[in-house]
Amino acid sequence: MEREGGRKGKLQALEAHLEASRAQGAWTKFHRARSFVHKGRALERGIELFLLLNSLVAIMAITLIFLFLFREGVRALTAIPLDQFIGVRVVDYFSNEETFRYIWQPVGSSPKFSLIPLISGTFLVALPATLIASGFGIGCGLFLSEIAQPRLRELAKPFLELLAGIPTVVIGFFMLAIGADWIQRIFHTSYRLNALVGAIGVSCVIIPVIASLVEDVLHAVPREIREASYALGATRSQTVLFAILPYCSPGIAAAVILGMGRAIGETMIVVMATGNAAQVTFDIFKSVRTMTATIAGELGAVAQGSNEYYALFLVGSVLFTITFFMNFVTELILERVRKRLRM
Amino acid sequence: MTFSHNSRSRRSVRLLEWAFVIAAGFSMALVVLLIAWIFVPILYYGAKVVTPSFLFESPKKGMTAGGILPAIFGTLSLVTLMILAALPVGIATAVYLVEYVQDSPIARVIRAGVNNLAGIPSIVFGLFGLGFFILFVGRHLDQVLQTGMLFGKPALLWAAMTLAVLVLPVVIVSTEEALRAVPWSYREAAYALGATRWQTTSRVVLLQARPGILTGAILAVSRGAGETAPILFTGAAYFLPKLPVVYFNVPLLPFQLPILNPFDQFMELAYHIYIMATQSINVQETRPIQYGTTFVLLVMTFLFNLTAIVMRSFYRRQLKASLQ
Repeated sequence: MEREGGRKGKLQALEAHLEASRAQGAWTKFHRARSFVHKGRALERGIELFLLLNSLVAIMAITLIFLFLFREGVRALTAIPLDQFIGVRVVDYFSNEETFRYIWQPVGSSPKFSLIPLISGTFLVALPATLIASGFGIGCGLFLSEIAQPRLRELAKPFLELLAGIPTVVIGFFMLAIGADWIQRIFHTSYRLNALVGAIGVSCVIIPVIASLVEDVLHAVPREIREASYALGATRSQTVLFAILPYCSPGIAAAVILGMGRAIGETMIVVMATGNAAQVTFDIFKSVRTMTATIAGELGAVAQGSNEYYALFLVGSVLFTITFFMNFVTELILERVRKRLRM
Repeated sequence: MTFSHNSRSRRSVRLLEWAFVIAAGFSMALVVLLIAWIFVPILYYGAKVVTPSFLFESPKKGMTAGGILPAIFGTLSLVTLMILAALPVGIATAVYLVEYVQDSPIARVIRAGVNNLAGIPSIVFGLFGLGFFILFVGRHLDQVLQTGMLFGKPALLWAAMTLAVLVLPVVIVSTEEALRAVPWSYREAAYALGATRWQTTSRVVLLQARPGILTGAILAVSRGAGETAPILFTGAAYFLPKLPVVYFNVPLLPFQLPILNPFDQFMELAYHIYIMATQSINVQETRPIQYGTTFVLLVMTFLFNLTAIVMRSFYRRQLKASLQ
């Protein structure tokens, strides 16, 4: 239509279109109006295609990660009998009794591939870490968003970024060399490196994650909620506790779940500070071994193509699935509250 | 003024107010204390070890003495290769998202991918690097190009590629933010002069967003320098007698030209800390070296982060001033 009308027709169409989009105030409409004038330009088209291809790299990467992780992981499922991932019957050396035990011991004459101690170890570190970090992370978010004056906030915020910027291997080394001694002195633990040491280290990493999302969520609460509460005569703390927090509680929950996903995936701190003993326990003062630490500690020493190699990729697949699911839940919640909040 | 009718409930209201402020303030104070708790001992013990000879010597006597020059060199060359790979792709993605598709369905799909990529545990990147880059891409390249075992083994190149995928979300998100910070009126002005979308993007928007993009790149470098898990199986080595460098004879040059060899393995600061603290022959005896290495890595990433934070606040202030 525009092509037949010639240049003048094009301009008129553009003007009409611009008027329409101005009226609706939508920038995208303006873009679209702009772009049909230049539809014929091959260079513009080529550049747009090039940019599109580049932006597909992220999606391609996540697909490849999924494919290559699960390809090897599935081989473990075919190479090793499935019940062995739960546990095996072991004959006790002394009493000659047969017991069902959960053991991860992939090297030796009869390798054992129970995933139970690794999963329980992961959660024994991740749950306390999330608990600690949620308290302080939400506290920091509240402080930055509700209490601090702008100048204090400008001063305080870089500290969170600084904490987030410390390499995890440094925190791991610190917990191993110094933090563990402190915790042993305070709690008189029999194992120097235990789940709690790891949990405290991991909470250092996820406090900034939770704090920054909580702050964003609090900032996104519509002003009306705040003003209505103040208009009823509520004080600041009453407003926050009884009006704002209930209003944005899904957002806070999303922050906690995101933090927990990070805690489950954290590697260097747990491999250095939790003692790395693969056992099923609910005692936070005992050494545990997480899924991440197992991969980090063992993959370097296994032969490619061996059963253990595939088993480690299976552990990686489980890890990927858990964290992917948690990220997905976070996104889902945020997507839902985004309309309610002004994010 | 308050809900309360009598003095008792008024007191409880005031108590709640105080408890709230103290609890939140304590959380923030704890963050500062946590940083001090980590920084002070490492800086204290590290400063005793870090001397010019520690920075510019190779390890000696079976890793129990000497310096960490190869590890510093390895870290720097690793993050250089990483950012060279991640920056162009990251900027292109951000430009496409902000300048071309905004909030369309395709943008939402790409953003979801980027968010998910950012949430993948770093050790999974290590598995991916080994399974994809080394065993799949590398081995197949070797087969096709008949190069023996050049590509299909752990190397600086593959470690950098793995890290590049890991920091890609950092680059994309910070570049997006930088592009959004450029006022829309600038674009409108460019369009009004008859510029096409690419002309507007390349000559106006990207130019204006340069400091913000640079900030993001520095943050990405800092993040990459601190990561350990992705390079465990993709190229980091416990000890190497030589730097990952090859020398070329160039005509008319009085010396051999050193060039970074991306097919070598390398020593790296973060990996050095991990391996020295957990798996070296005498962990207690080499503690000073561990503190020194941690000191160097911490100061390095701290300086990167500080530069980024300062640059960003300066840039934001400048933008605000230019808008007034």
